[in-house]
Amino acid sequence: MNDAPKPGATTATPGEAAPLVPELLISDLLRYGVLASLSLVTLGTLVTFFRHPDYLVSSEALERLTAPHPVPHGLADVVAGALAARGQSFVMAGLLVMMAVPVTRVALSLLIFRQQRDRLYVVITTVVLALLLVSFLLGAAEG
Amino acid sequence: MTPLLFTLVVLGISVGAGLLGSLLGIGGGLILIPVLTLLLKVDIHYAVGASIVSVIATSSGAAAAYVRERMANLRVAMFLEVATTAGALTGAFLSGRVGGRGVYLVFGAVMAYSALVMLRRMRSAEAAPVPDDALADRLGLHGSYWDEAAGREVEYRVTRPLAGLGLMYVAGTVSGMLGIGSGALKVPAMDLAMRLPLKVSTATSNFMIGVTAAASAGVYFARGHIDPFIAGPVCVGVTLGAWLGSRYLMGRVNALWLRALFVGVLLWVAFEMLRKGWMS
Repeated sequence: MNDAPKPGATTATPGEAAPLVPELLISDLLRYGVLASLSLVTLGTLVTFFRHPDYLVSSEALERLTAPHPVPHGLADVVAGALAARGQSFVMAGLLVMMAVPVTRVALSLLIFRQQRDRLYVVITTVVLALLLVSFLLGAAEG
Repeated sequence: MTPLLFTLVVLGISVGAGLLGSLLGIGGGLILIPVLTLLLKVDIHYAVGASIVSVIATSSGAAAAYVRERMANLRVAMFLEVATTAGALTGAFLSGRVGGRGVYLVFGAVMAYSALVMLRRMRSAEAAPVPDDALADRLGLHGSYWDEAAGREVEYRVTRPLAGLGLMYVAGTVSGMLGIGSGALKVPAMDLAMRLPLKVSTATSNFMIGVTAAASAGVYFARGHIDPFIAGPVCVGVTLGAWLGSRYLMGRVNALWLRALFVGVLLWVAFEMLRKGWMS
């Protein structure tokens, strides 16, 4: 009796068209996206300290690192840095993956609403996606 | 302080902020930004940039569970995200215009307000019938969730979507400006204006915060305010702390006592931030 399935926890009942699949898809996307991002950030941090042994002893290096200074903020810079195996670029790539997780979630929702033929929500979701893209583009234009 | 020590200190503080945040039902940003700026003397723009990425991490992590349990209302979330993303864009641009001093002042004010909201949440709300709303019907916002305590599916109706939209624009602006999730502003908007059940408001707010934060993170990234050296350990630490808190500490700590203590700390830090904004 304790094992009685609660609605939503198990597979769809016959007659209903698997209402759970969109929720599961979104949930998995969020979970694995965050995991991938955090792995990249951790890996990048380890590479950074491995390549800069002076970071372990010198306190001058910290001033360079925390004072206002240019950081890679173009997609091209980050990719180039990651290819050159620079630790901080790996960290940045991880942070970019993190930023991409919610954007991908909205894109996935758009596909789901389209499949459900929910016109109103296709429009609403498209607006949200457009605003997200505008934020990246406008920020780049301003910077 | 060497870079290694700095990384470890930031990591430790972030784990603590994530732990506390998960117990209090707020993001880590409200705790983290004052510590980074006041204690470690990090430039406030970098602190905000680091915090906003960690907000995406904790929100997405928590939302993964809420969505699976069907506690978050996906339609309400998507509808309101139109306002929060527009607000987040506004806020991120405002923060570039007003400079560090303005950010300190607004931050102090929002912290003080959040403290008052948390105080008020200690009272229980009274249940009045939810008025009908044609737009909410048209948008199909109503929903249901599984109530574990009652052991049954609870249906709920939603009202005043436009009021919710307006409040969400404000919440998004604050979030974009300060690099916090501003769940303290989102939950009352859904709870009081749109009349969603508190559990659903909390879950939906968590689900939405990631998208709001991503909108402003885009602007901060392009501006060069997301510094991997600071944002990296913050991101890992806050996520780790939030995960530990929700898994091992939830329900074992007296939440009411903790909350009262926290309101006091919040008011004190708000005062410090306001003073720093005023003096600089």
